[in-house]
Amino acid sequence: MTVSRGFLGHHDPRAVDLPPGQHLTRGFPVLTAGPTQTVATEDWSFTITPESGAPTRWTWDEMMALPSEDVTVDIHCVTRWTKLGTKWRGVPLDAFFEDVETYYEYAMVHSYGGYTTNLPLEDLLDGKAWVAYEHDGDPLHVEHGGPARLLVPHLYFWKSAKWVNGITMQRFDEPGFWEGFGYHNYGDPWREERHAGD
Amino acid sequence: MTDAEAGVRTARSAAGDGAAPRIRNRWHKATLIGLHSQSQHARTLALRVPGWPGHLPGQHVDIRLTAADGYTAQRSYSLAEASTPDRVAITVDLLPHGEVSPYLVDVMEIGDELDVRGPIGGWFVWEPGDPAIGDGPVLLLAGGSGVVPLVTMLRARQQARDKTPTMLVYSLRGPRDLMYGPELQRMTAASARASTPADTDIRLVYTRRIPDGHPRPPAHLSADDLQAPLSWAQPLATRVYVCGSSGFVDHATALLREAGYADHQIRTERFGPSGADR
Repeated sequence: MTVSRGFLGHHDPRAVDLPPGQHLTRGFPVLTAGPTQTVATEDWSFTITPESGAPTRWTWDEMMALPSEDVTVDIHCVTRWTKLGTKWRGVPLDAFFEDVETYYEYAMVHSYGGYTTNLPLEDLLDGKAWVAYEHDGDPLHVEHGGPARLLVPHLYFWKSAKWVNGITMQRFDEPGFWEGFGYHNYGDPWREERHAGD
Repeated sequence: MTDAEAGVRTARSAAGDGAAPRIRNRWHKATLIGLHSQSQHARTLALRVPGWPGHLPGQHVDIRLTAADGYTAQRSYSLAEASTPDRVAITVDLLPHGEVSPYLVDVMEIGDELDVRGPIGGWFVWEPGDPAIGDGPVLLLAGGSGVVPLVTMLRARQQARDKTPTMLVYSLRGPRDLMYGPELQRMTAASARASTPADTDIRLVYTRRIPDGHPRPPAHLSADDLQAPLSWAQPLATRVYVCGSSGFVDHATALLREAGYADHQIRTERFGPSGADR
């Protein structure tokens, strides 16, 4: 640790409970690898493909018929901002996986536009992840991944894929988009798993 | 996403082998050895970093400041120079209420120290000779201080004597916000002197105020600003890099799509409100 002469810093008292290396933001920064994807809810669908190869698919209306939940969570972006107490409404992944038979333990999440991210199935179940379609009481804005994005708040936010449209179950854990560019395969903010090897 | 896969290969081959991530995660002590003003509110800091593993144009670096009481703050900045042994440069634009940028722009002096880690990112990079780009052309679109990684690409291209036709379109509020002014002028002049047709075109897009004699009235980036220069053999670039605020990137990508660009040709880098601390 190198002391920088003359640096004082804003000692933000609320920052004590943040994961290491994070700082608070009051805004909601937008970070995307490519152009924003625009998908109308009439055209939207969400598909889970297990090892049988037989996909289960939900249209927007079919998703809305599933039980939704309101959640308030802190979110942590690998680019070092943390936003506290964000409010979302969405369908827990548990509700989708009720209808899916799988023994595979790894999930590859897919989005409109081609983005992918990988995570273990257990990180999607037991109330840990949602397909979110409202933020702060409003329909999710397209720049934040609307009409619907994955919400996995216990991992760095690149795992919470915008414009989500499906999950392919996989026997082995393959890297998704950022994971293939050297981001950490798992991405726990409290263990500061930003990059491969952290 | 074929293009992304091509990008993965490029990034990996450039990074060498699997040893790269381990090196990249180490914090290095850095000493300030050079300061260069880039606008009224931005300056370039050159740091001596023994053991820096090298980087590609477009990548960034994490910096860590530590106060005497142990408090630390970390931020990411685009690397501002092509790779040189044991050296890292960043260009920092002041945000008046930021925590880190006022220190870097106004307080830090030659000989002062901080920690750096990197390089970070393998997607928003352009190395001269990238096979996915071929003979180009390449379009670089900058909004404000988003010009930094794009100028790094131009510098690397110049050092490598790469001839890929390239155009930088740089959107900025007014003359006082111009970063790298003299250098951009030299690049344009060198290009105009060359016997071959100009291979670097630079367009300044002022959005609010123009310098005396500037032919284009102040206005936001428009489709006309993205028109290929006459020297290009094709109307669209092979690859476009867009860097700026989120609003700028959305505006620019919408224009690019209207102009006929496909998503896989467009690579973007945004700084949102978290960039407020840059």
